[in-house]
Amino acid sequence: MVMTFSGVLTGILLIPLISAIIILLLPKEKKEEARIIAAMATGMVLLLALGVFFGYSVDDANAANDNGQAYFAYEDHVQWIESIGVSWHLGVDGISAPMVLLTALAGFTGVLISWGIEDRTREFMAFFLLLVGGVLGVFMAVDLFVLFFFYELAIFPMYFLIVIWGWVKTREYAAMKLTLYILVGSVVALVGMLALYFKAGQATGVYSFDFVDLQAAAKAGVFDEPFSPAWSAATTARLWFPAIFIGFGVLAGVWPFHNWSPDGHVAAPTAVSMIHAGVLMKLGAFAALRVGVQLLPEGAKAHLPWIIFLTLINVVYGALIAMRQRDFKYVIGFSSVSHMGLVSMGFATMNVTGMTGAGLQMFSHGVMTALFFACVGMVYDRAHTRDIPSLGGFVQKLPWVAVAFIIGGFVSMGMPGLSGFVAEFPIFVGLWDGPNFTPDAGWLTGSFTYYGLIAVVAALGIIVTAAYVLRVVGQVFFGDFNRERFPDVSPITIYDKIALVVLVFWLVALGVYPRLMAPMVESGVKPIVSMLGG
Amino acid sequence: MTILAVAVLVYDVIWPEERRVQLGYLAGFGLMSIAGVVWLIGVPPAGGLQEQLLLGGMVRHDDMAQIFRVMVILAGALSCLLAMGVLKLRARGDFYAVLIVAVIGASLMSAAADLIMIFLALETTSITLYLLAGYLRDDDRSTEAGLKYFLFGAFTSAFTLYGLSLVYGLTGQTNIYELGRTLATNGLPDPPVVIALGLVAVGFGFKISAVPFHFWTPDVYEGAPTPITALLSSASKAAAVGLLLRFLLAVFPPPELLGALEGVKDYSAFWVQLAAVLSVVSMSLGNVLALVQSNIKRLLAYSTIAHAGYILIGVAAISTDRSGDGAAAVAFYMFMYVLTNILAFGVVILFANATGSEQISDLAGLSRRNPWLALAMTIALLSLAGIPPAAGFIGKFLLFRAAVNANLVWLALVGIVNVIIGLYYYLVVVKVMYMERSADEDKPIPVGTPYSWALGISVAGVLLFGTILVTPLLDWATDAAHALYVLL
Repeated sequence: MVMTFSGVLTGILLIPLISAIIILLLPKEKKEEARIIAAMATGMVLLLALGVFFGYSVDDANAANDNGQAYFAYEDHVQWIESIGVSWHLGVDGISAPMVLLTALAGFTGVLISWGIEDRTREFMAFFLLLVGGVLGVFMAVDLFVLFFFYELAIFPMYFLIVIWGWVKTREYAAMKLTLYILVGSVVALVGMLALYFKAGQATGVYSFDFVDLQAAAKAGVFDEPFSPAWSAATTARLWFPAIFIGFGVLAGVWPFHNWSPDGHVAAPTAVSMIHAGVLMKLGAFAALRVGVQLLPEGAKAHLPWIIFLTLINVVYGALIAMRQRDFKYVIGFSSVSHMGLVSMGFATMNVTGMTGAGLQMFSHGVMTALFFACVGMVYDRAHTRDIPSLGGFVQKLPWVAVAFIIGGFVSMGMPGLSGFVAEFPIFVGLWDGPNFTPDAGWLTGSFTYYGLIAVVAALGIIVTAAYVLRVVGQVFFGDFNRERFPDVSPITIYDKIALVVLVFWLVALGVYPRLMAPMVESGVKPIVSMLGG
Repeated sequence: MTILAVAVLVYDVIWPEERRVQLGYLAGFGLMSIAGVVWLIGVPPAGGLQEQLLLGGMVRHDDMAQIFRVMVILAGALSCLLAMGVLKLRARGDFYAVLIVAVIGASLMSAAADLIMIFLALETTSITLYLLAGYLRDDDRSTEAGLKYFLFGAFTSAFTLYGLSLVYGLTGQTNIYELGRTLATNGLPDPPVVIALGLVAVGFGFKISAVPFHFWTPDVYEGAPTPITALLSSASKAAAVGLLLRFLLAVFPPPELLGALEGVKDYSAFWVQLAAVLSVVSMSLGNVLALVQSNIKRLLAYSTIAHAGYILIGVAAISTDRSGDGAAAVAFYMFMYVLTNILAFGVVILFANATGSEQISDLAGLSRRNPWLALAMTIALLSLAGIPPAAGFIGKFLLFRAAVNANLVWLALVGIVNVIIGLYYYLVVVKVMYMERSADEDKPIPVGTPYSWALGISVAGVLLFGTILVTPLLDWATDAAHALYVLL
């Protein structure tokens, strides 16, 4: 086994984890120091993530793909628990590099937004850093055990953060619901992963959790052997794909397992909502892609054609429910459910365009929703209410927030010139094109023309999105400002402004210059599609 | 260790009143150094069964015995340190001496290779533990705990003795390895053998708190002085598990392990099924009942019952999977379980000393009174729940993997569902510590030096064995597992 160690990714991972420990060692009173250490840690992570992002070579990736090899940049690969086939294997490919950057962005801006937290600042920053570290670990993991390890590691800081610093009314309920839901999803996926591990081990004689090894086994057709000759349709791939995809999909908010998400978003403190909607839900989609689609392409081909209906429900249902909400944060929460539906939908198109769009949408929506929650948090901190009809005219008092929110709103509507268009348009094109392999006989309609219909219905979801976004913007930021109800609304701090600028920058940059990210995502997507037989 | 026990008794008499508090250090660090010596020097002889049998075939000195011995002695050492914080226990030399004897019994249990030694070790451990559980004569709950434990224990050990004597009667052998060979080849009818297995299982089930032999656990855990509860849940359980593994594989082995013999009968299917059934009921009952507890010691007691269930998953897996995964998983799990329980009960002691209460709701605000204690408790609970980075995650992962490998996928699935149920009540405790406020928030809880040692070692163990040091411990456990399968 070739062991490489570039140290960059392990460094990115260790910085938040070690900083968390350092912060915990500080005495209780040193709040400013805790904040500064957290900001420095996430700042360093952001710089390293930018380095990884810009240092990723699309040409090398495409060259490796043409040779049929898996490509991971900045690999760290050393022994860990050899006896059960676990190694410490980190790496980024075209899909995960933007995710690492997204996490770093959300982490950094989250710390800045949380500058005002006074109650047990030290613990907040420590748990927040642990959460960021855990999420980074999942995105960078190439060994499935490492992936699962960090997936679970991210769960308990989430619980703490919501239960201690969340919205008093629902935080206990939301935190417990979120934790249990995600745990159930993850253990379902774990069982699937173990099934793959054992199947591959029995067939090849090498028991390994390493993604590269498992993908080689998948390519050799190990997971496509039927369990019994009588029933040739029952293969490992087809049996376990729904378990893995939906198990991880719980975290992505796939209907009908999305229920934890709106309550979780609303109950969490602002920075945690940013990570939650912006990054955590992408974890689910990413893991579903990585472990589900990439290792079980036959299973994907068999099941995604019906799973796509679930994602369609996500998009339309999420948007319609968002229309009905009175609570500002619930609108954003359901909007997340809706937009994540687009991500899953893009992955279900199983062609290069659609999946590239999905990868871009993960980044774009991540930044956008982080921006949304940051804005909501800023309004709530000052107005102490999230009831939309009661708010109004905040553009006069919080102009920066209004502008940022409007930009975010345009992104969510898919307005050209911003990243939302760059992400959503390919998804719809991909849907219209449909998967470019012939479906198995007997499946649904026997052809994929219904994908076009799905594209049309999903596009209607965009209209609803526009409706609720504009409604919220109009009712919260414009109109009359109630001076008696909100006597003193302080302007936002410099830290808040930096956070807003950083987030908006990426939304605009990706919108006007898609080449920043699109080739990268495409290079990560192409090997997946070629495995799907496209 | 006998010398250490005697030394403690002697010093108890010699030392003046004030210095007697140091007895705990003597016992604790004495045991710890013994554990270290055992680990470093006591490497078992290579080769097969015959080279490893000592004391006239009474004891087998192999890697399995080694790992459990170190585990048990370490648990005893840490319990001694924990006892130093309990006012009525700390200066009592007889307490420490009896505790050391209990540890002696426990370390013999996992190495025992003869029926007589098995019973001897069982009784040594049990009787000393009955004593220790009921040690606080003025405390009603403690006396009740001791008496209840004694009655239950005596009753079940009668069952065990009868089962062991049946097995002896059927074969005429007392060395368990020869016994196993004879049993398999004698062509005996099934019923007596199965009955013997069942009777012995009663005794073992009692010791590891498996359902339906668990009824003593909540009351005894709640009533006994907490350092003894810690010892019960760690050392006593670990020793019983080690003994169980060895006994089952030696006396009722699967035929392949016996070499080329004619007409071998396979009794292993019986205990695999038995272990699986007991596992399911233990896990489920333990977890479900833990959901409604309001006393932290009782909650941990029901958690112990549930963990007996998880461990039995590993036991059920050891027969069909010759690679030793199941046994290695069990050994690894027990090691981290010992450390985790000491950690959890240690925090409970400190907390009970400061507030006089063992109710979960009174744990409120612990994170403000002493954030380190709250964090330590959280790590212990995460380990019990099976969440990384605590070692419990690796332990559970190994157990489920072993089960899947042994074609007991359904058992792994039941286990996984139980993990989810378990997570709920562990999180509730965490929530109470961190979220809820209490009036006493400003009063910090002091942590004495012995506790810093005990809790520090436990936390370090739980975290390190879950991350960086997984491989060394797992390799040791795997060696131990392989030794188990050498029956010739």
